[in-house]
Amino acid sequence: MTGERLLQVQDLTVRYQTQMGEIHAVSGVTFFVNKNEVFGIAGESGCGKSTLIRALMRLLPDNAKMSAQSIEYEGEELTRLSEAKFREKILWARMSLVPQSAMNSLNPVYRVGDQVVEAIRAPKNVTKSEAREPVTQLFDIVGLQPDLMKNFPHEFSGGMRQRAMIAMSLALDPGLVVMDEPTTGLDVLVQERILRRIREIRSQISSSIILITHDIAVIAEMSDRIAVMYGGQIMEQAPANDLFDTPCHPYTLGLKNAFPSIRNLQQKLISIPGSPPTLLGAPSSCPFLERCPFCVQQCSQRNPENITIQPLHEVRCVRHGEAPLLREKASEKETWRSLN
Amino acid sequence: MPTSELPQTSAWRRILGEHYRIIMGNRLSAVGFVFIVLFLVVAIFAPWLAPHDPWEMLYDQEGEFASLRPPSWEFPMGTTHLGYDLFSQLILATRTTLLIGAISGGISILIGANIGLIAGYYGGKTDEVLMRFTDVLYGMPFLPFIIVLISLFGRELEFVILAIVLIIWRTSARVIRAQTISIKQRQFIAAARARGCSHLRIIYRHILPNVLPLLLLYAAFNIAWSIITEASASFLGFGDGETISWGGMLYELWLSGKTRVAWWWFTAPSLCIVLLVTSLVFVSRAYEEVANPRLRKR
Repeated sequence: MTGERLLQVQDLTVRYQTQMGEIHAVSGVTFFVNKNEVFGIAGESGCGKSTLIRALMRLLPDNAKMSAQSIEYEGEELTRLSEAKFREKILWARMSLVPQSAMNSLNPVYRVGDQVVEAIRAPKNVTKSEAREPVTQLFDIVGLQPDLMKNFPHEFSGGMRQRAMIAMSLALDPGLVVMDEPTTGLDVLVQERILRRIREIRSQISSSIILITHDIAVIAEMSDRIAVMYGGQIMEQAPANDLFDTPCHPYTLGLKNAFPSIRNLQQKLISIPGSPPTLLGAPSSCPFLERCPFCVQQCSQRNPENITIQPLHEVRCVRHGEAPLLREKASEKETWRSLN
Repeated sequence: MPTSELPQTSAWRRILGEHYRIIMGNRLSAVGFVFIVLFLVVAIFAPWLAPHDPWEMLYDQEGEFASLRPPSWEFPMGTTHLGYDLFSQLILATRTTLLIGAISGGISILIGANIGLIAGYYGGKTDEVLMRFTDVLYGMPFLPFIIVLISLFGRELEFVILAIVLIIWRTSARVIRAQTISIKQRQFIAAARARGCSHLRIIYRHILPNVLPLLLLYAAFNIAWSIITEASASFLGFGDGETISWGGMLYELWLSGKTRVAWWWFTAPSLCIVLLVTSLVFVSRAYEEVANPRLRKR
């Protein structure tokens, strides 16, 4: 697990200027990704997952402001790179994206093969025929028949389009592939097939993957390490096994409750009451405060600090020391109901 | 292993075939297309098709001055009061009219498309400036604007074209801007951006092909409007006196004061104008159905 560092993000903050005020979509996020690793980011809608990776890939809209202490990628400091340099040197060639709703991410007027060819040619200045050979290989990797290259996107099924997008993201053999909700919107069977495909791809290529999803089951299955985001912050991050065996943050506990377990089918699901915070202004208290059954006085006074409780296991909660007790209580339905 | 070769050579044939299907798929547009081709052939071979010089005073076989002759074997479309052969005038005027239509239609769609694409894609200040400029042009009355410009610049053909181009692009700019705004919000544009495509590449490689049906529709409209505008301006005496055009022929008739007598003199050029413009509209209707499938009859 202690592989070589590929990406190290220090204290990343993204703020949106809106008419209602400043929205802190991502605040003080610190994480790293090792080489040849799948790093999962989990969290519910609006928790800042997509903003985080958009900031990382510099695809933020104009009303967003991003700041970071440092973003080091393959030993290079990205915060010092200009927008143009970043596009030219890093984007797609070394860090690529499978965008959210990848199914609609193909241009309807071009053949799928031509679009993958374009993804190779655009930065590399190779001829069309030179680019075609790797495209055949890419189609093979994602499990698409090479003769499908001459089809148009509307002739593809959702899962095929998704795989074509994955092929496109692998086109330049990048060190890091970010997959934003790669299985959302696909039916369960296709989801399973895509996940199996991603797992197979992992064994064939050397890229690391950042996997972003709200689906705990997917993330549990795929990731080496997991970060749980809430209210624009990483609440807890740990190697996958640690996170599921010994979760420490009340939010992680709640999330775990809300998903069915294959081992215990009789178990009733417990949902977390309330809705996510609005994120207006800088965080001055724990963002989970209002929904947390374990909150104490301290939680409302300041934003809890990130504490390393074990190597690689970090948690942002003032009651991190009482984790075994919280775990016990969190499994009882009454604990969560008492809030309402 | 199946071959991965994409059919390269057939790309153009595919595109042409598609357009052929669009035009021929609709009876009216097929008829319109035939007439347009006919006019094109006449325009191209005009000097060889015209039996006489358009400004030659003609005498009939008996040696009499052929003034204001109705259509006959000798003069298929009759003659003017100065003994000019109207058939030859009509054929040569076809060339002028099509030239003006094609050039001003083409240039105006080029301007309109670019302004629409750029305003729609970049939005914000760029959009504001370009669209307010378009709005100002929308405030101009159409024909007076052209007449004033022609009187300012001069009546040469190139200035007539310039005047038409300067005002006619406004509609295409607005429509293409609207379509661009709708296309740019689609997922695949964000995906192209994420792939590191430059703004220009996105505009011309990813958005342009998606607005192409609409663009062709407005190209046809612009051509039709240019032809009508040129005819109107010529009829009002603001045409190039050196080149003969359908509107110019009607202007000559008006000047001669023989409108009530010489029915053949106004029928032919008027019919030609109507026929060509209608044909263009019919063909553009076929493209409109592609751009807006709801128009299609089920």
